[in-house]
Amino acid sequence: MAMPHFTLHQPSSLEEALDLMSRHRASMKVLAGGTDLVPKMRAGAIQVEHLISLNRLPGMNRISYLDDDGLVIGCGARLSEVGANAEVRRYYPALAHACSVMATTQIRNMGTVAGNLVNAAPSADTAAPLLAYKASVVLVERGGRRQVPLEKFFEGPGKCAIEHLELLEAIRVPVPLDRSGSCYERLSARSQVDIAGVGVAGFLALDMEGKILAARLALAAVAPTPVRCAECEALLTGHEPSPDLIARAAAAAVRSARPIDDVRATAGYRRAMVHVLAKRVLETCLSQAQGGAR
Amino acid sequence: MAKKTIELIVNGDHYEVAIDPWRTLAEVLREDLRLTGTKIGCNQGDCGACTVIVDGRTVSSCLTLAVECHHREITTIEGLAKSPQELHPLQQAFIDKGAVQCGFCTGGMILSAKHLLDRNPNPDEEQIRKGLSGNLCRCTGYNKIVEAIGHASRQMASCKEG
Ligand SMILES: Cc1cc2nc3c(=O)[nH]c(=O)nc-3n(C[C@H](O)[C@H](O)[C@H](O)COP(=O)(O)OP(=O)(O)OC[C@H]3O[C@@H](n4cnc5c(N)ncnc54)[C@H](O)[C@@H]3O)c2cc1C
Ligand code: FES
Ligand code: FES
Repeated sequence: MAMPHFTLHQPSSLEEALDLMSRHRASMKVLAGGTDLVPKMRAGAIQVEHLISLNRLPGMNRISYLDDDGLVIGCGARLSEVGANAEVRRYYPALAHACSVMATTQIRNMGTVAGNLVNAAPSADTAAPLLAYKASVVLVERGGRRQVPLEKFFEGPGKCAIEHLELLEAIRVPVPLDRSGSCYERLSARSQVDIAGVGVAGFLALDMEGKILAARLALAAVAPTPVRCAECEALLTGHEPSPDLIARAAAAAVRSARPIDDVRATAGYRRAMVHVLAKRVLETCLSQAQGGAR
Repeated sequence: MAKKTIELIVNGDHYEVAIDPWRTLAEVLREDLRLTGTKIGCNQGDCGACTVIVDGRTVSSCLTLAVECHHREITTIEGLAKSPQELHPLQQAFIDKGAVQCGFCTGGMILSAKHLLDRNPNPDEEQIRKGLSGNLCRCTGYNKIVEAIGHASRQMASCKEG
């Protein structure tokens, strides 16, 4: 199918972008890397008369880390930039890994983390790591800003808590705790490139005695949205880590999955792989945390 | 829905074109600038035949709106050779190692390989294969392409030393 005919706006300030969005509210879409949007427009899946590009907004591709504030990823930051950023690699290895292995080099050079989240695919690769890190998104509209925890952001396949006239301005990720570890593992039929069939991200932090102070596990591609695994996390928190505990936690993670059969994998396979990956991820997190890395 | 006039810097040459905003960079390169070395295979970001380098990074030109490239520096496969007499070492290696069959994927493959070598001049086989993960070839089975890129990287290293 041919591309729909639209007017392209290229605002050079955030205010101008928000004004344009509100002026053309009935028939507008926001464009970042276009790697989700352009194929959808071409397939006739969405109607757009006014396309508002974020690619000329100043300062939007920042990636900044401060010891007090944590990480801020501007909505213009490309997946490849996030994946290659030294501080992201050091403090948020699960996110760095997701951003370096998802999609293809070309798509990572174009696509943004913000676009990946707003697109809200159940399989969104940056979602599970960001959930595990307790990230929030900063949403801005003409009236002001609000911050929404990512846990409350995803509502269903392709649906999230952003309002039509809001922009996702930035992603904020808290400073990782001391004695913590994190990791992301994904499986797909064609190893890379392909959308994930299963993705599991974890975060573990230990207290001074070596007990688990905080545990978070998040799954992608096995439910209508990326999800946290409350039962698994509760099982781990406050306990002495042991192979038996990790095995039980991995089994509990499977109960948070509500997978479907589709072209990428069967529901049964997905459940089995959540079990395998959850165990692997928790083991990696634990050994990082015990190594004192943060 | 007026056309927009933009300036593209392609392989060092400046072009002023008036284009509809919904046209992709791949279409404008091929149809307006007649640089048909950039191919359109899937038109949805999967195959890499449309790969070009924009400001030093490979992108899928089939998903890139041309007007978004105003004033940006673009390298297509036509811009790689130093002169008509002297091919880029990657191009020469593809010929020497038999890595070209129908040729449809070749331009994109070579630009992805350049992107890789610009960042990692001495990649091992696995790194080469990863670097090509966004480029599909229906003919060669990839082995000769991987071989050619390894060969080119060694050639380029020895040129630098020599
Ligand atoms: C070949 C191919 C392979 C892919 N592989 C993967 C994969 O392995 N894993 C994966 O997770 N994804 C994959 N994707 C999907 C896509 O590349 C990612 O989701 C990417 O991160 C989207 O970012 P973008 O900047 O291109 O978004 P766009 O396409 O520009 O936008 C996506 C959506 O978000 C909205 N939007 C974008 N930015 C903002 C903002 N700041 N505020 C408000 N709304 C906004 C847009 O209006 C649109 O609805 C793949 C895509 C392709 C074409
Ligand atoms: S034509 Fe652009 S990736 Fe296939
Ligand atoms: S040589 Fe024919 S597609 Fe690669």
